[in-house]
Amino acid sequence: MNMKASFDDSVELAIIGAGPAGLAAAITAGELGVKATVFDEGSGPGGQIYRAIEDTGNRPERLALLGEDYAKGGDQVQRFRASGCRYLPGHGVFDIAPDGGLGVNGPDGARWIAARRVIIAPGAMERPVPLPGWTLPGVMGAGAAQTLLKSSGLVPSTPVVLAGSGPLVVLIARQLLAAGARIAAVLDTTPRANFMNAAPLLPSAYVAGNDLRKGLRWLREVKRSGTAWHKGVSRIRIEGDEAVEAISFSAGGRSQRIACRLVLLHEGVIPNVQLSMAAGIEHDFDDTQWCWRPRADAFGRTGVEPILVAGDGAGIGGADLAADAGHLAALAVAADLGRLAAGDLETRSRPILARMRAGRRVRRFLDCLYRPHQEVLAPPDDETMVCRCEEVTAGELRRVAAMGCPGPNQAKAFTRCGMGPCQGRMCGLTAAAVLASAGGRSMAEVGHLRIRPPVKPITVGELAGLAGVGEPPAGAPPMPTGPKDEEDA
Amino acid sequence: MKADVAVIGGGIHGCSAALNLARRGLKVVVLEKDHVGRHASGANAGGVRTLLRHEAEVPLALASRAIWHDIESELGDDCRYHTVGQLAVAETDAGLDELRARDARMHDLGYSHEELINADELKALVPGIAATVRGGLMAREDGAASPYHTTLAFRRAALATGVDIHEGCRVETLAPAAKGWRVAATGIEVEAGFIVNTAGAWGGHIAGLIGDPVPLSYFLPMMMVTARVEPFLKPVIIGTERPLSFKQMLNGTLVIGGGRPAIGDRDTMTYRPDFAGLKASAETVRDLFPMLGDVPVVRSWAGIEGIFADEIPVIGPSRASSNAVHAFGFCGHGFQLAPIVGRLVAELVMQGKASLPIAAFAVDRFDTTE
Repeated sequence: MNMKASFDDSVELAIIGAGPAGLAAAITAGELGVKATVFDEGSGPGGQIYRAIEDTGNRPERLALLGEDYAKGGDQVQRFRASGCRYLPGHGVFDIAPDGGLGVNGPDGARWIAARRVIIAPGAMERPVPLPGWTLPGVMGAGAAQTLLKSSGLVPSTPVVLAGSGPLVVLIARQLLAAGARIAAVLDTTPRANFMNAAPLLPSAYVAGNDLRKGLRWLREVKRSGTAWHKGVSRIRIEGDEAVEAISFSAGGRSQRIACRLVLLHEGVIPNVQLSMAAGIEHDFDDTQWCWRPRADAFGRTGVEPILVAGDGAGIGGADLAADAGHLAALAVAADLGRLAAGDLETRSRPILARMRAGRRVRRFLDCLYRPHQEVLAPPDDETMVCRCEEVTAGELRRVAAMGCPGPNQAKAFTRCGMGPCQGRMCGLTAAAVLASAGGRSMAEVGHLRIRPPVKPITVGELAGLAGVGEPPAGAPPMPTGPKDEEDA
Repeated sequence: MKADVAVIGGGIHGCSAALNLARRGLKVVVLEKDHVGRHASGANAGGVRTLLRHEAEVPLALASRAIWHDIESELGDDCRYHTVGQLAVAETDAGLDELRARDARMHDLGYSHEELINADELKALVPGIAATVRGGLMAREDGAASPYHTTLAFRRAALATGVDIHEGCRVETLAPAAKGWRVAATGIEVEAGFIVNTAGAWGGHIAGLIGDPVPLSYFLPMMMVTARVEPFLKPVIIGTERPLSFKQMLNGTLVIGGGRPAIGDRDTMTYRPDFAGLKASAETVRDLFPMLGDVPVVRSWAGIEGIFADEIPVIGPSRASSNAVHAFGFCGHGFQLAPIVGRLVAELVMQGKASLPIAAFAVDRFDTTE
């Protein structure tokens, strides 16, 4: 294993991300003799879900409380370490071109490299949960709290209110209880109508999925612990002047209020699509998962030839489906590069595809059950902050929508929504949803913020030192139009 | 529908022309294939510059500057315009010689809006600039504005004056009619007495439909913006030896431009940044302002600009038709000129002549080279 934190200007296969999909792609690539280089923003393999797994592997007590699904990442990472790929932790990708060119920024500076094939496996991010008061100190994403638990063993010292919907709410509640945290209440925002919509999918999901049965077991455990669990919660407001003081909400037709200092919010996860969008891949809006996802075939091949997508970054499926997608993408690359015969591609992919079909049955049920409430997607209160970087509220967006502003790319210029350091990563979906609902149009019609590289900030100094690019093209008209024009005129 | 004038292209020049025509009492329709401000008008760096203008453009730029200084009374909107000056800095003795020659030439022509600045004064004007700069040339009454905001201010003023703006409306054919033109565009037919071609990078295509073929090319000047930093820079800094336009916006962000092109396509209207060019611009900024090395760049973008080989626009009457006027192909520096060119276009439509010299911008100036 080459751990040297430098790399050549050209690589055979670049894998972006070292979560379940990236790890699996690297393992399969290594097995088939494809030379892979893995670029990972993190400091060690595992991605978000298996974060810090190599450290935690030596701490049985923390491993035990994080559960068997987390522990399973340890085997993946061991196989990854043995795969022969080149692993570059601490390396972010700030741009990707349709020809496989990558702008990479790491401890040794920034470099533009050429990759024959690229597998984008950037994983998911928590869906932002814009509601009144969500920007107050003391409000966190539940996933972010879980990250602290995984990487530093940090457990909240004050009673927690966990608000939201989705499988992760149950998992995190269980992990927090196991770690000794106190949960003041769980506010379950899953809309009641979802149970009706999801019910028809339950039988096939139940048969297909161990995970589903496991989830139900966790739910029973959390409820048995005596934790207050409010169902059908809506109209959440987080109150406080300088920091969180209380949370109020409506449940069962009744308004309630709980004093607290820490609120964890979670409304599911959405794909990280900045890189796939920057690469010029077509994206479609998924109305059930309520997010954009890159258009790809079963192997993750996209309309942009050298570039494939795998894992939750291509549509939310969870760790197991992501790993399978990583294997498939690497198989497709190997076949493409002549390391795997067409027949072998067929033989090796068939069982993976079958396994994924079963996994998707569970996923479809979960997608329907945990489809976010409309008030989470497009906050109804005008004062709710949408864009945290530029402090743009839902009300301002509705105002520009009323002025005839057709979509997020135009709203940007009126309001600066999406123009701050996060480049609309946090607010893009919400802003589009507010404009769509105000204008009575679909998300597909309203569209998404156009990506304007760098996808991740890079400093002036790093950019000035960018290696691997030639001279800028000649023929750029100089600005200003200077004295030389005397000769032309 | 019928109109006195059909303006083709709803960028800042189309909206300015439409506004000026409507203010003179004409019924005006604007046909915009995308939306107002989608391309160069919304995506430029917002520089309001007379400094180092082509000699032919100087009278127009100075007249436009006077309108900019009171833009609020022109449009009912401040366009976030502020007079901060524009300052070309020389990094070498050769660059300084170039600026001196320019200064002498401008004085010979009777202009006084540009002045030489010695190194000490320059360093006082621009705290933090590299000690190696040799001097500069400054237009103190120049400034900067917010480009998209300004373009929309022209749009709003035009609408308020009765202009009919159709967006998502691409002109397909132009046919001469009894009194002017029959214009077929997406979902609409317009009978117009006059056509004004302000179609920017697509102005060559429209000129061809009118009967005035021109060799219009295009390029996509790139810009970058950084995270906010403490205010430190007032004038807009222009490169002399290397392409650069560099300014601090009112909100603290730094906009880095200068004309290095992105890789793009006029037909599909898509582009990608060219990181070789962005790197070169970042190097220039780092060399001139060494303390900015750690400031993050958060975004880059580009707009599609029309450009002619002689780097000045076409402004003037059609050669082929007595019922058409052109104002397009501003080569990456049309933003500042929009307030005055809108007036000149209105004069050309209504009186057949302009109150400022525009002979250098004639549409038939390319004929001899064909």
